[in-house]
Amino acid sequence: MSFASERNYLQDRGGAWLIALVTLTIVVVPILNLAVPPESPLHISTYTVSLLGKYLCFALLALAVDLIWGYAGILSLGHGAFFALGGYAMGMYMMRQIGDRGVYGHPELPDFMVFLNWTELPWYWYGFDSFPFALLMVLLAPGVLAFVFGWLAFRSRVTGVYFSIITQALTYAMMLAFFRNDMGFGGNNGLTDFKDILGFSLQSDGTKNALFIGSGIALIAGYLLCRYVVDSKLGRVLISVRDAESRTRFIGYRVEHYKLFVFVLSAMMAGVAGAFYVPQVGIINPGEFAPIVSIEIIIWVAVGGRGFLYGAVIGAILVNYGKTFFTGAFPEIWLFMLGGLFVVSTLFLPRGVVGLFHSLKKSLAEGRLKQEDEQTPMAEEKA
Amino acid sequence: MEGGIHIPTNILYMDGVTVSFDGFKALNALSLVVAPGELRAIIGPNGAGKTTMMDVITGKLRPDTGEVFFRDSIDLTQYDEAEIANLGIGRKFQKPTVIESLRVEENLYLAMAGDRRVFSTLFARQTPQQKQRITEILDLVGLAEKTVDLAGSLSHGQKQWLEIGMLIIQEPELLLVDEPAAGMTDHETELTARLLRDISGERSVVVVEHDMEFIKALDCHVTVLHEGHQLAEGSLARVQEDERVIEVYLGR
Repeated sequence: MSFASERNYLQDRGGAWLIALVTLTIVVVPILNLAVPPESPLHISTYTVSLLGKYLCFALLALAVDLIWGYAGILSLGHGAFFALGGYAMGMYMMRQIGDRGVYGHPELPDFMVFLNWTELPWYWYGFDSFPFALLMVLLAPGVLAFVFGWLAFRSRVTGVYFSIITQALTYAMMLAFFRNDMGFGGNNGLTDFKDILGFSLQSDGTKNALFIGSGIALIAGYLLCRYVVDSKLGRVLISVRDAESRTRFIGYRVEHYKLFVFVLSAMMAGVAGAFYVPQVGIINPGEFAPIVSIEIIIWVAVGGRGFLYGAVIGAILVNYGKTFFTGAFPEIWLFMLGGLFVVSTLFLPRGVVGLFHSLKKSLAEGRLKQEDEQTPMAEEKA
Repeated sequence: MEGGIHIPTNILYMDGVTVSFDGFKALNALSLVVAPGELRAIIGPNGAGKTTMMDVITGKLRPDTGEVFFRDSIDLTQYDEAEIANLGIGRKFQKPTVIESLRVEENLYLAMAGDRRVFSTLFARQTPQQKQRITEILDLVGLAEKTVDLAGSLSHGQKQWLEIGMLIIQEPELLLVDEPAAGMTDHETELTARLLRDISGERSVVVVEHDMEFIKALDCHVTVLHEGHQLAEGSLARVQEDERVIEVYLGR
């Protein structure tokens, strides 16, 4: 009976396309990598598989940002922090998996701790030898940070640019903290030299393909979760918060609770994206906390189109493909292009690539409707 | 909330309420009493404190001094906007504020009385009874044909009505309505006055308005505010003869 979800599941063609395309990609790409011989023109290199896997992680991250920005109007310029925390949690697990195969051969301590003359594992590294514990931390570390930060900010009604600015400050502060050697996260080198995950070598093609498929599944799951949230009655409340926050309070909704819920959910999704990202790129360092990283995420979503969910995915993949291409071909102009892209999309494509597509389609359809309307004037309402 | 049979003496009781902004007293020892089921009009020149008064009642502003009680015993100064809305006070703003990017029916669905907690809302499913109720309200406010339109596409008057519909479906005991007739045609104004008369009785309605024709059509007790306090109170005819009221309105 719920008109809310009926409407969108039927109309969510973009989402259906997205799921179909991602599914196709995670089936076909591993086949072309593993089963097709390297001499064949159809062969996809392992490097490309990991690169595509990276894009899928970024797409999930963009999805998380669109959930809060596109639907609840919360512009977080610090979402890279949650992504990095998820990545660090996974990185810590993989560091512990190295065991005594490190350069110093210490059975328990990661190399950087031996190098710093530490004699025992800090308490916050306990438990990370267990994969389920690490997974829990992938969700909890970003989730708890988002909860505490969001609780303070939303309760004090910090909104708009003020909220954006303190999220920037948050990620910057995290970066400074993680740069310090005595934080125990490897300082500016971060965590790297991973050997294996769940006993499978990270160097093997099989593992790389598995991580790629996992990233795709995580993206689809993340999409369905977001779709459920935005189509629920809660999703309507979020839109109401975005468009008329004070009105929403007067209808009786505790706006701060709704914002907190969606902010924590989004932070956890960002954490999962980070956890898939790190084993595929082989390193996590404090650079991921840099403010510019978080701003880039916003550009992905803006370019793709805010408030469609699949728009964020398209934006993330488009911009990152552009980045891969241009940083290879013309490395010195990439940052100018990125800035230009943001200006252009803000000025001329306020709803991104997807929004442009929709308004073209709509104006075609309206042109047709108008002709019918002129024949039957709208009925005056009776009271 | 308390059991249904208890009928309070006053639905709203304000006494000695003062609010100042940087020394300027937007409300100056304002007192106002509204009975259950009463329809009350509040008039006054710009800056008389009408909107500030609504802000105090709905928890947007805390008074510096004074008492604000709902249903005799609930001290409204202790609650925030969402809590006060859930206690049973609904508010319609001067500028119609509907959720423009949602459909008309969705606006009503959100406003409908019900569980407002996060997880109940996440898993909420619309029942046939709720759908029925939305249809009734749409008929009442004359928007039945606009059910699936986006609220942003409505005309100004229709938005006003949708907002009134949102207020009614929220089932408050007290409705605060800020300038409902602003920007309406004469015909629409008359319909709005009739609608407000109809819904009072079961609930109390406080209307802030400038339009004298509209006040006349409401046919109810009138309170005149001036510089943050009550200048006069009584029937429209009596108030209009009041020397001080004439001076305030003509002196401007």
